[in-house]
Amino acid sequence: MLLLFFFLGPAVIVYSIFSVYPLIATMSLSTFTSDSSGALHFVGLENYRLLLMDKDWREPFWNAFLNNIWFFIIHMAVQNPIGIAIAGLLSLPHLKFRGTYRTLIFTPTMLSVVIIGFSWNLILSPLWGISEGFLKFFGLGAFFQPWLGLESSALITIGLISVWQFVGIPLMLIYAALLNVPSELVDAARIDGLSHMRIFFSVKLPLIAPTIGLVSILTFVGNFNAFDLVYSIKGALAGPNFSTDLLGTFFYRTFFGNQLQLGSPTMGATIATAMFLIILIGVCIYLYGIQRRLERHSF
Amino acid sequence: MQLKWRVGLIHSFLIAYSLIAVLPILLVVMNSFKIRKAIFGTPLALPSAETFSLVGYVKVLGNANIGIYFFNSLSVTLISMATVLLFGAMAAWALAEYRFKGSNLLALFLSIGIMVPIRLGSISILHMMVDLNLVNTRLALILVYTAQGLPMAIFILSEFISQIPRDLRDAARCDGVPEIAIFFQVIAPLLRPAIATVAVFTIVPIWNDLWFPLLLAPGNDTQTITLGIQQFIGQYITDWNSVLAALSVAIIPVLVIYLIFSRQLISGLTAGAVK
Repeated sequence: MLLLFFFLGPAVIVYSIFSVYPLIATMSLSTFTSDSSGALHFVGLENYRLLLMDKDWREPFWNAFLNNIWFFIIHMAVQNPIGIAIAGLLSLPHLKFRGTYRTLIFTPTMLSVVIIGFSWNLILSPLWGISEGFLKFFGLGAFFQPWLGLESSALITIGLISVWQFVGIPLMLIYAALLNVPSELVDAARIDGLSHMRIFFSVKLPLIAPTIGLVSILTFVGNFNAFDLVYSIKGALAGPNFSTDLLGTFFYRTFFGNQLQLGSPTMGATIATAMFLIILIGVCIYLYGIQRRLERHSF
Repeated sequence: MQLKWRVGLIHSFLIAYSLIAVLPILLVVMNSFKIRKAIFGTPLALPSAETFSLVGYVKVLGNANIGIYFFNSLSVTLISMATVLLFGAMAAWALAEYRFKGSNLLALFLSIGIMVPIRLGSISILHMMVDLNLVNTRLALILVYTAQGLPMAIFILSEFISQIPRDLRDAARCDGVPEIAIFFQVIAPLLRPAIATVAVFTIVPIWNDLWFPLLLAPGNDTQTITLGIQQFIGQYITDWNSVLAALSVAIIPVLVIYLIFSRQLISGLTAGAVK
């Protein structure tokens, strides 16, 4: 017993105090409101009613939520297919320079989101003109727009920057899963005369379905928790006109306040709890809906 | 012949994507070594004898705080890594080795943190740090990052420990070696290969984090390099030499360490992803 405490104690204590307890305390804080003197009053679910019904809260909340769903769709539609495609190519037998490609493509994933955000901000800036010059080189100069500055394209652009940075994660996870596909299966398909392309789609891809499920839920959790990229490119106000606002930046702005409003810890806690519930629903759909069904095909 | 053509196609695709991945980074680093006129005039050219300039670096490195920022990031990341590895390995060992009542429940409890981001509890973490008088200390960051890194580390390390042959520990037990010594002298040294995996999943996010430094340690003495660079750029946003140099100062050390260890890091990542 003493031994168990010795081994488990430090981890369980630090984790409970600084991770689990704050989460629970935040949820409980979301059922209070503070008056002008800072004293807390219990209000039950009033804050949630405000968030979902009150005009001043409802609009920014749904805006951030829908933007976040778009952000997630961009990642699922662009990042994960690219990751799967490159992993498929890298796992082809007898490919030269495999390690070099892996190292290069994974490089952006290692760097800070802040640094990436600023770098792309400069590259896409009409002031520097580097992207415009680049497009002109291909005769596409007329297509250049200040994408990060336009309400219609800012969110998609930020989504694609995030895809560019994090494509390394699905790439590596799927690459590892592909290496684990039993070689007898691939050899058998080969003897039956299937092409590499057919083997990839009909043999390997169904076998790595659980990994694709895992990648999807990791993408989901990461996206609904995203903050750094929007903050470093657009600041806390997530402009233009809140078109790049995600739940993370909405949460930050509400908690700390900004030029437009005073900070509110209790409403901040309410948004954090809402984010927790959204992530929880996603994780439950994954665990009970997707993963369980996929497990049957795994090896 | 047809095969050769296809291999060529695959390589050109991979080369094209590799360029997409690294060119934007190279562009920033390359232009940070040029005079202002060349940054705008010939952004795609390498710095030449005429256009070479370190004026941005002089300004960035002349900022006395950059050294402090680096030291802060380094100490926070290394200490967090050490505690995550030590506490994580001890807990993983206990969960993998000893069967006790509630062990499955405890494992589940510890794994919540893999899926639920610790950021969501930020408000209470900040209140707690205010009460403990730990705001604007590196300790606050270390405690939070340790709590953040532990779940994933325990998960990875228990997978790893369960693959260590049983004979090793049983032999030591027969010789009457106490349990604590078995862990530190027999098991711990064997965990070295898992460090790369843990590093990818816990250390890189700590070094790159903006959220908790912004929240818990925004003071000038405790800023990490990520936050410091962010604030520096905010101040000098129109001074392109300084901005590009500041970005490069943040990029180059990470890039060098990454290129040195990329093989271990990537094999660590793929090994950890097996399950």
